[in-house]
Amino acid sequence: MATKIFMEALSPTMEEGRLVKWLKNEGDAVKSGEPLAEVETDKAIMELVARGDGVLRKRLVGENESRPVGSLVGVIAAPDENIDALVSEAGGAAAGGAKPPAEVVAKTQESAGATSVPQRPAQSQGEASAPPEQKTPAGPPAIPTQGQPSPASGNGGQLRSSPLARRMASDRGLDLSQVRGSGPGGRIIKRDVESAAAAPSAAQPSVRVARTGADYEDVALTQIRKTIAKRLAESIGPIPTFYLTAEYDLTRVTEMRAAMAEMGDEFKVSVNDVLMKAVATALSQHPEVNAHWLGDKIRYYNRVHLGMAVATPDGLIVPVIFDADQKRMREISREAKELAKRARERKLKPEEYTGSTFSISNLGMFGIDQFTAIINPPEVAILAIGTAQDVVVPAAGGTAVEKRVRVTMSCDHRAVDGAVGAAFLQTLRRLIENPLMLVF
Amino acid sequence: MAKKKPEQTIRSDAELNRELLHSMLLQRRFEERCAEAYALGKIGGFCHLYIGQEAVSTGSLSVLRPDDYIITTYRDHGQALARGMNPRAVMAELFGRVDGCAHGKGGSMHMFDKSLNFLGGHGIVGAHVPLGTGVGFAIKYRGGDQVCICFMGESVVNTGAFHEALNMAGLWKLPVVYVIENNRYGMGTALERASAIHDIYERGASYNIPRAVCDGQDVFAVRAAMQECVDRARTESLPTLLEIRTYRFMGHSMSDAVSGTYRSKAELDEYMKRDPIMLLRMHMQEQGELTEDDLHKLDDAIKATVQDAWDFADASPEPPLEALFENVLVDTTSDAAAEAVAAD
Amino acid sequence: MPVITYRDALNQALREEMQRDDRVFLMGEEVAVYQGAYKVSKGLLQEFGEMRVVDTPITELGFAGVGVGAAMVGLRPIIEFMTWNFAVLALDQVLNSAAKLLYMSGGQFNVPIVFRGPNGAALQLSAQHSQSFESWLAHIPGLKVVTPGTPYDAKGLLKAAIRDDNPVCFLEGEMLYNTKGEVPEEEYVIPIGKADLKREGDDCTIVTNGKMALVAMQVADQLAKDGIHVDVVDLRTVRPMDVDAIKASVEKTNRCVVLEEGWELAGIGAQVVDYVQRECFDLLDAPVYRVHQADVPMPYAKNLERAAKPDAAKTIAAVRKVMYLE
Repeated sequence: MATKIFMEALSPTMEEGRLVKWLKNEGDAVKSGEPLAEVETDKAIMELVARGDGVLRKRLVGENESRPVGSLVGVIAAPDENIDALVSEAGGAAAGGAKPPAEVVAKTQESAGATSVPQRPAQSQGEASAPPEQKTPAGPPAIPTQGQPSPASGNGGQLRSSPLARRMASDRGLDLSQVRGSGPGGRIIKRDVESAAAAPSAAQPSVRVARTGADYEDVALTQIRKTIAKRLAESIGPIPTFYLTAEYDLTRVTEMRAAMAEMGDEFKVSVNDVLMKAVATALSQHPEVNAHWLGDKIRYYNRVHLGMAVATPDGLIVPVIFDADQKRMREISREAKELAKRARERKLKPEEYTGSTFSISNLGMFGIDQFTAIINPPEVAILAIGTAQDVVVPAAGGTAVEKRVRVTMSCDHRAVDGAVGAAFLQTLRRLIENPLMLVF
Repeated sequence: MAKKKPEQTIRSDAELNRELLHSMLLQRRFEERCAEAYALGKIGGFCHLYIGQEAVSTGSLSVLRPDDYIITTYRDHGQALARGMNPRAVMAELFGRVDGCAHGKGGSMHMFDKSLNFLGGHGIVGAHVPLGTGVGFAIKYRGGDQVCICFMGESVVNTGAFHEALNMAGLWKLPVVYVIENNRYGMGTALERASAIHDIYERGASYNIPRAVCDGQDVFAVRAAMQECVDRARTESLPTLLEIRTYRFMGHSMSDAVSGTYRSKAELDEYMKRDPIMLLRMHMQEQGELTEDDLHKLDDAIKATVQDAWDFADASPEPPLEALFENVLVDTTSDAAAEAVAAD
Repeated sequence: MPVITYRDALNQALREEMQRDDRVFLMGEEVAVYQGAYKVSKGLLQEFGEMRVVDTPITELGFAGVGVGAAMVGLRPIIEFMTWNFAVLALDQVLNSAAKLLYMSGGQFNVPIVFRGPNGAALQLSAQHSQSFESWLAHIPGLKVVTPGTPYDAKGLLKAAIRDDNPVCFLEGEMLYNTKGEVPEEEYVIPIGKADLKREGDDCTIVTNGKMALVAMQVADQLAKDGIHVDVVDLRTVRPMDVDAIKASVEKTNRCVVLEEGWELAGIGAQVVDYVQRECFDLLDAPVYRVHQADVPMPYAKNLERAAKPDAAKTIAAVRKVMYLE
């Protein structure tokens, strides 16, 4: 049975994709899960994978051509199968008649579930009445149109996992489909989630640290908040922004960096790393700026996912350091470098550049003293960091030279009032000017 | 041990006779209304009427002391009333209402009244006979001179429980009077078709228990026989097996025809000529103790009592749903509950 | 602390409670002159006399009923069944009389009675003398069902059972009577309905009761040598069941094995599993496994009997299964 290849939504916001390069030629044998082509989305270059086994019989799109999500771009089928009807339908499909791939996959899963009822022995044999190992359906995997087989999909495409594993994964923000199950029939169990969570960015862009309690709290708008939002939005654009600037003394940061560098290369951190750690720590104490504006409510996050604006040849992208407040400076440093590199190579996965709760933008390397950054909605604030520079300041018996940095926070006034933003910057000052506090 | 012959009936004074008549007539009128209430759906489940056997309950219980014990079968309305239970509490129990003697948890077969030492109607044929033996054991254990009367139908004598219980009573010499109300039929099976021995009181010989038989339609005969058994139990701590020959005028239960496959209308008519209430009334009239007018007044008063019981039961609420989980176990966790039990 | 046998612990409980309350008496086959078929009532006839230590004919239905009748009017009988296999004859009195009287009399007549005797299999007694009755009895509202596994529990729980104002079925074990354990000299009573954590560990929970508590403790000690540490939740009372104790343990370990002496269908373990799936659903890392007697009448031949009974090896295998170790 033939499998249609659709242009898939490879990023949350993608509406159209450009097929950069075919990785298989017509006539090549392909297996479900194998990459077929590279596709450029609105953010990155992603791989389009096969959803069935067979031979790539037809490529319906040339390289560097774009197609809307849902268009038919190729056909996988048996070598001798007649696919004329499918191919002739391609024009119509490209015009928007095709079903989105998500739905197609969902349907095949349903029918898979119905045909793979687990078998039970008629009678239990005595002392151990444990449920028998569920047998995977006999013969080769039954569903050629089945989506990318997850490691734990031994039950006709349904992910098998223990209730505890599901709960742990949900607590840690792990996607179970990316976890290999080691239990009977590929069941994902506690130890699998634990090892997946411990593995550094293997399947996941980042380790999300489990915490107690909810990830965030939604607070409905009070009447006064509604009025403030409405009036200020009338006054200035859809996001009524105001700006707060502060200058921080970096003397101790400089001392600390020097002391660490003396201990060896592996302890080297940049000023930016220290600032990011400080911002993340301050955010954990100020959920009122670590928030999303959702129109009828404000979502205050209990977790800090720090977005960092990265310039790439194609433009700006904001990869995310998840749970940044829970990470050590060294982890932040390493992750920031890695994310920036991959961003410039356009290798970021969508889940690596969505989900931030607050962002920073640093133009210090370009010698910018200070600037204002544009808020990345639905976030309610962004911090712009200027260049760290020597400044002459009054001192006892004359003047002194200090290393200083200027930061400017853009705040969405619908959610954040001036005093609230100022309080955050105060906390940040305390941390940056006493960086040893970041150790605590 | 010599078997006892039916005693000469003992003539009682007019006042006592009036009490006996009142007791028997109350049972009769009460149960006639029970049949009506059952037909109207106010009483449900199994309902076994006692009509025709009233001389047995009245005669037996009229010789007891208040501190004696009674335990019986599911055909228990008559004995409950004869022991002095409030007709309102009995009727409310039949109606399944909160003011019933068991707050609507027992129904027709399970009349209980602790204040009267009335230890209940029991629903499994024969199962309560060992309980009666146990009550006798407890009396002896405490060194008391009370007596336990254990009523049962004649079909019980074929069960193992009966045999086991009477053997222990004979062995341990317990103050229990086992009363066989021989109404001739265990449900629809005649005595002769169920028991190898037809003179049931003879079974007492197996357990070395004194035994007797008497006419159950003659309340005086019942009183005399029972008095002798009770005296023996009270003074000598000895059990007796007393067979009282009677007849039920109704079916086995409300779901059963009065006559039919297992007994003929002719047989029923013959026995009804010896209606115990009629026999007592005729005796009293012959003695000049009762005029027609007296009888009508008595009957009207009793009918009014029964109507009052009906009205009371009808007005009584159904048990609250919270009661569902109450009294499964004595609550041994609350202090109040512990005190209540300790006070018993 | 003195170390005494399970048998002597029961004997102490009987003696102390008979001394404490003269409404308490012991009745059953061979309890008096013979001093008890298993010598649990040794010396009691001499101390309390034949009105309070009563030999009966072989009439389980009869003397169980005698006990119920006596309890209805204020005594506190202890009815000994030579084994619970024989108590089947008396079940009508246990479940139709003792368990029901309080309810169907609208709260007027409680039945403070203890039915006690050995339960479950001993050695090569074959089919009719090797049955575990706790699940039968635990099914009945109006009863409490107690299954102590150690001398300490046996004494404290028997005293509680005798003082209880409800019918209590007290299930001992022929194979337990000679086992020894520490029992304090001073007075103590163990509340009915409370489980006991006999071993502690984070890796897996074993829920068990009665004689199997000993097996579970052996299993725990053996597994500890391999670095596997299990909680042994000894229910001690199967009705009412200490659900909180089961829940607390499974919440900690995420895995559960139920070990019981009786058969599978509608067994005690079935009830435990029901509680676990309902109360701990999101916390389970593996299905709950059960270890129980094979679904056959108990055979006589040694090898077949061994194969039919639940034991340490079968339990260890189940623990390793829920831990995904095999």
